[in-house]
Amino acid sequence: MRDIHVDTITENVVAMCQSASFDLGDDMIRAFQSSLKTEKSEIGQDVLTQLLDNAEIAEQERIPMCQDTGVAVFFIEMGYDCKITGGDLYDAINQGVSQGYGDGYLRQSIVRDPLDRKNTGDNTPAITYVEMVEGDQLRIRFTAKGGGAENMSRLQMLKPSDGLEGIEDFVMESVRLAGPNACPPMIVGVGIGGSFEKSAYIAKKSLLRPVGERHEEERIASLEEEWMEKCNRLGIGPQGMGGTTTALDVKIEVHPCHIAALPVAVNIQCHANRHKEVTL
Amino acid sequence: MAQKRVTLPLTDEKVQYLKAGDRVLLSGDVYAARDTTHKRLMERIEVNEELPIQLEGEVIYYVGPTPAKPGQIIGSAGPTTSGRMDKYTPALLSRGLKGMIGKGYRNDEVKAAIQTYNAVYFAAIGGSGALLSKKIQFETIVVYEDLGPEAIRRLTINDFPVTVINDCYGNDWYEQAAEVYQKGKL
Repeated sequence: MRDIHVDTITENVVAMCQSASFDLGDDMIRAFQSSLKTEKSEIGQDVLTQLLDNAEIAEQERIPMCQDTGVAVFFIEMGYDCKITGGDLYDAINQGVSQGYGDGYLRQSIVRDPLDRKNTGDNTPAITYVEMVEGDQLRIRFTAKGGGAENMSRLQMLKPSDGLEGIEDFVMESVRLAGPNACPPMIVGVGIGGSFEKSAYIAKKSLLRPVGERHEEERIASLEEEWMEKCNRLGIGPQGMGGTTTALDVKIEVHPCHIAALPVAVNIQCHANRHKEVTL
Repeated sequence: MAQKRVTLPLTDEKVQYLKAGDRVLLSGDVYAARDTTHKRLMERIEVNEELPIQLEGEVIYYVGPTPAKPGQIIGSAGPTTSGRMDKYTPALLSRGLKGMIGKGYRNDEVKAAIQTYNAVYFAAIGGSGALLSKKIQFETIVVYEDLGPEAIRRLTINDFPVTVINDCYGNDWYEQAAEVYQKGKL
């Protein structure tokens, strides 16, 4: 059994929250640069250029690349052979978020009550999922999920007879409806199967995979490519200003499901695609 | 790419000079306001109370900035999704508001009101809050400080880059632009 103290978790969470807001991942920078070469519209090229400039300013001056520094979402993989000491895992994460967002001058975007809408003032609570895995390590994956793109996400309980065609129609319809609202170029996370809530979970989780990295299963990987190409034929373009770069990637995850069911969830991610991870 | 320069506040003439798809550099003062702020303004309108801000010729920027670091004028300050303010916008336009800066679609009621009241809807680049913060020269909280990032702020912007999406002639740049690049059967 390996001990991991809660203070170590908190410290790492503080650093991840801040770094996510200031340092856009290399996968995203590469994706901007390569779409700048293929983008047909002048206004679209201009948007992509400004997004690269924006990322540079954010990194150099430690200013959030986007003012919506998001809801803090954590996907934790906890080894069966590791033990958290000194406190509670969820508390440790929330403390890290509170400190990370506060000290980093990040925006507090969480309201305590969805009806009264009073801000909690420290961007907590975080949304934390824990999965148990083999080993003695604790892997913490973090995403700062902005509201604009998240609001354009959708879920539908399709019929098995709707098949692949029905799924594709739903995905494309979702991208079209999201349009400029989701701050394109976007990344489209698709969860197929599981149950009502599982499909949403795997759709969001699929977005953790770096942009440009295909699904390990050939069949899913080719679907990702095909749908990405279809997204880019919608004409929406960077920021919805028209163009050939609507999606930088499509990510798909699948999960076994009930004989009567075909749940499909589409979780849209804006170009401020903030992911950080650490393994303790 | 050609850009138009416009000084705020807006007038009928300035609005009529702007066409969907125009790249514009805006300079002058705008109000920052978003969801809960709009709800509060609307509640006052409903009971015929005076608003805490004058809207004649004004532009509202839909933004909830991050807190400024010491020595900074404002934190990251990009546009938020405008559609969430659609419910309140026609009433504000009827009280003299001339323009909005945000990002994303407006509904049919707002587009109609933009034509009726001779106004304009601009989009700034969503998610470019670090870059846009450099175009803001002054910030002060006017009212509703308790709302944190949603408080009404007075911002002085300089050469702030936007694109005209909905003009006073009924054009919609999002629709027009997508049609140009749309390919094949979808």
